[in-house]
This record gives sequence, structure tokens and C-alpha cells, in this order.
Amino acid sequence: MMDWSPIFISMKTASLSILITFFFGLIVAWGIVMIKNDTIKSVLDGIFTLPLVLPPTVVGFFLLYIFGVRGPIGKFFIDFFTIKIAFSWSATVIAAVVMSFPLMYRSARSAFEQVDSNLLDAGRTLGMSEWKIFWKILFANALPGIIGGGILAYARGLGEFGATAMLAGNIAGQTRTLPMAVYSEVAAGNMGEAFNYVIVIVIIAFVAIFIMDYVSIRKEKQWR
Amino acid sequence: MSNKSLKVNIQKKLKEFDLDVSFELKKGCLGILGPSGCGKSMTLKSVAGIVDPDSGVISLTTDNEYVYFDSDNKVNLKPQKRNVGYLFQNYALFPNMTVEENVACGLSKDYDEKIVSEMIKRFHLEGLEKRYPRQLSGGQQQRVALARILAYGPDVLLLDEPFSAMDTVLKGQLRMELVNLLNGFDGFSILVTHDRDEAFQFCDELLVLDEGKIIAQGATHELFENPKKVEVAKLTGCKNISKIDIIDDFHLKALDWGLTLEVSEKISSKITHIGIRAHDFSGAEKSDVNAFETANSKKLEMPFEWEITLPNGLWWIVDKQIREHDFEIPKYLTIDPKNIILLEE
Repeated sequence: MMDWSPIFISMKTASLSILITFFFGLIVAWGIVMIKNDTIKSVLDGIFTLPLVLPPTVVGFFLLYIFGVRGPIGKFFIDFFTIKIAFSWSATVIAAVVMSFPLMYRSARSAFEQVDSNLLDAGRTLGMSEWKIFWKILFANALPGIIGGGILAYARGLGEFGATAMLAGNIAGQTRTLPMAVYSEVAAGNMGEAFNYVIVIVIIAFVAIFIMDYVSIRKEKQWR
Repeated sequence: MSNKSLKVNIQKKLKEFDLDVSFELKKGCLGILGPSGCGKSMTLKSVAGIVDPDSGVISLTTDNEYVYFDSDNKVNLKPQKRNVGYLFQNYALFPNMTVEENVACGLSKDYDEKIVSEMIKRFHLEGLEKRYPRQLSGGQQQRVALARILAYGPDVLLLDEPFSAMDTVLKGQLRMELVNLLNGFDGFSILVTHDRDEAFQFCDELLVLDEGKIIAQGATHELFENPKKVEVAKLTGCKNISKIDIIDDFHLKALDWGLTLEVSEKISSKITHIGIRAHDFSGAEKSDVNAFETANSKKLEMPFEWEITLPNGLWWIVDKQIREHDFEIPKYLTIDPKNIILLEE
């Protein structure tokens, strides 16, 4: 009998992490676009893009250093809330967020930068508030690119393995996500079980991308 | 009514040059004429508040006085508070909004539907309300942009090269529309352009900019008739310009063309160049004043004019009918002494 828990854990992790990544990615992308100083801009850009270019295990190492029981944040949570972050379900979310963040941030940023800055100035001279300009002009016109970034980030979060292994471990029923389960089954020689998980992960990934793509293409078609 | 004015006096350091512009507009439309990259768009953007000047004052007096910008008193109103309408070169219509939504987007939340439908009617956009900007022609897009600006009810209209991205046929139509619109607009407008025809058509007053500095300022007709400076003559479309040596009070030698010419105005010592408009030549006898030979000239046929290039580099343009295809270049040409424009460097 197949163990369904990796499927639920992965769905929960990927869903929550894409929510967090999506909004933080948007906000950070907007902030970076607004920064006028080029040096500060590239330094921050480097920091936010780092997880994309580092080996996942290295990112996991840093995360463990920060969120582990003796790490600054990990210790704080244990002392004040008696919550252990490392090797708990929340650790899978943290790993997925950090690893998928650069994809969201970079896609959103380039989508923002492709919006004609005259549109924003036009909004300003027409008396629109900055908030309205952000949502109705910048966000609305960058939406296809932002959704594209969301798809990539979601897929990345769903497939996260290296950093998750470091920070969350591979505890069955708690932190064993689908990619972990595939690895564990193969390691134990159960190719059939592994194959089931592989099928599930392919289906989830395909459906998610199909839905999001469909939405963004329809939205774009409407304007043209 | 009489003391309405728009005062602009701004300085800004730019990469290639320093912008230093100052003018006061009492009524109607001011044209800013200059080659591309001379700081004219920057001036317009400073008035709108999109760009911040380094120092200076921008203020509008209608019934009250509104200070848009004052570096000494640290005043710098946001574009949202300035009540100006800015027509962008590419119109900057919001591609994600319909025509109706675009027109309404400058209005407050509980806006009056009537304003939008009035503007739609005034700019002949009936039936296009639900279309998106990409589904409109260039002319329709410009009308939507103008409708959007006027629905907002601005005190100042800023027009940034409104015809630069258009084909000739469309240009002609839209110019007429915009002239009518500006005549009906009760406020100030500033038109930025590098096209002398546009400046001439729209503006009562002109400001000629070069590398961020004002090189001429005054009534449009006067500037075209007597440009005074080489750069101004070029920008107002004077095709023939030559360096000169002064011979005496009324005679000079045009060095680029190798001609000795008589002028009707006394030549002051500041004069370094002369200009002759391409239309101002006429056929002549050898004995006439300022006559010169035309041997070996080349002619080029245009639909409504002949373009004739003389071996010494002079341009002559002669109007013609569309059915005429023959033209005999007279043996001698002359230029009336009063049509020679004296210019300073």
C-alpha cells in the first residue's frame, strides 16, 4: 500500500511557500526597481539571486546555521515560543521559499522593468495615487510576466530537495516531501513505489503549469 | 483674467550640458523648438513634476497662485497635485484598460459618468468605448489620450512631440484637430517639437533651445522672418547659410558660395553669416543686382516643387503644378537684397 503522506506534505509545502514567495518576490522586485542608486541595486540583486546559483546543499547549510537550534533565529524561536524549526514541517516551507524566491523575484523584476515608465508618469500626471498606479498600471501590465515567474517558483518549490534535506531532513510523515520519498524509495530498492511518486509529481506539476499558463494567455489575449 | 501666467525658471545639470531655461507665458500656446536632445522634453517633464530640476521656480497663477516648484523654499509638488495634462509621444495609454477606463482613470472614484461620455463624444470615439488601445489606429489613440487628459481638467497642457511617430497623411488630419482643440482650450499649453511647421502652426510664441540654453525667444512670425542667429535660422528651416566677409556697409562676400551680394540692411560688425531661404530666388538678367550664373545646376522633381541645386551648393525651390514635368533653369538667378537674412554665430 502506497504511503500518501508525501503527497499531502508536498502539496501543503508547495502551496504555502508559493504564497509567501509570490508576495515577497513582488514587493522586493518593486523595491529594487524603485532604487535609483546602481551600486545598492546590484548588491541587493546579488543577495536575492544567490540561492539560484549556489548548490542547494550550500543554501541548506546556511539555513541550518540560521534556523538550527543554536542558530540566531532557531534559538530565538525555541526560547520564546518553544518551537523547533529545524527538522519540522515549517523547515520544508522555509527551504522551498528561499530556493524558489530568486525565480519569482527576477521574473517579477524584469516584468516590472518592461512596463513603459511613461505609463507610470502618465498615471501620476492624471492624479492617480502611487498605490493605484502600482496595482492598476504596473502590476496589471506586468501580470503575464509575474504569473510566469509564479509558475517557475511553484515548480521549483515542489521539486526542492537539497536544501530541504539539510534543514528539514527526511522524516516520514513529517518532512518527507515527494522528491524525498522518491529518493528514499529508490535508496531502499523499491523502484515501483518510486515510480508511483514520480507519476504523481509529474501530474501535479503539469496541471499547475497548465492552469497558470492558461490564465495568463487569456489575460494577454484580451488586450490585443 | 489678465494676470494669469505660467512662470518657469529652472536649472538642471545633465550629462552632456546644463539646462537653464526661463520663460513666462501669459496666454495661449508656447512652442519649444530645438534639435533632439536639446533639453526640451526635460523642460516639459520638469513642469509636469516627472523630473526634478536642481534649482529654480515653477509657478502657475490663475485665480490663485500655485507654486509647483521652488528650490529656495523647498517646495516640490508631486505631479498628482499640479493639475497638468501631459500628452506623451507614444500617448502612454494603459494597454490593460478599455478606452472608457482610460478616459475615466484620472477622475475621482465617484466620478460623473457624463464627463466620460461627453469626452467620448467630443473626440469622436463613440462605438470604441470597449476597445483596448492596441485595437485602435494611431489617430484614435491620440484622441483617447487627449480625451483622458481633458476629462481630468488640467490648467496646463503639455504636448511632447505629438506627431513624431506618424505618417504624413495622418499628421495632416491630426494637426487640424489639435489646432481646433487648442483654440478651444482655456489654459496654457506648451508644445515641444523639432518640426518648424508644427511650431509655426500651433504657437503664438516660440522658444528656441540648443544644448539646454535659450538661443531665441519671441513671437513666432518674427522669429521666422528674422531669426538673427545661425542656429535659429537652421531650425526655422533656412536651407542656405554661408559664412561671410564684410566688404562695406551694404556689401558682403558669401564665402561658401563665392558670391558678392548686396543687402538692404546695414551690416553690423557682429554679423558672421547670412541665410537665404530656398524659395526666395528668382530668375534674372545678367545685369540685375545680385545676379549669378546657374550653369551646371541639377534639378530634382518633387510632386509640387522643383528642387534645384547649384554647383556652389545653393538650394532653390520653385513651386510647380502636379502636371508640369519640364522646367528650364534660368541662366541667371537673383536674390532680392531685402531677403538676405543677416545672422550672428
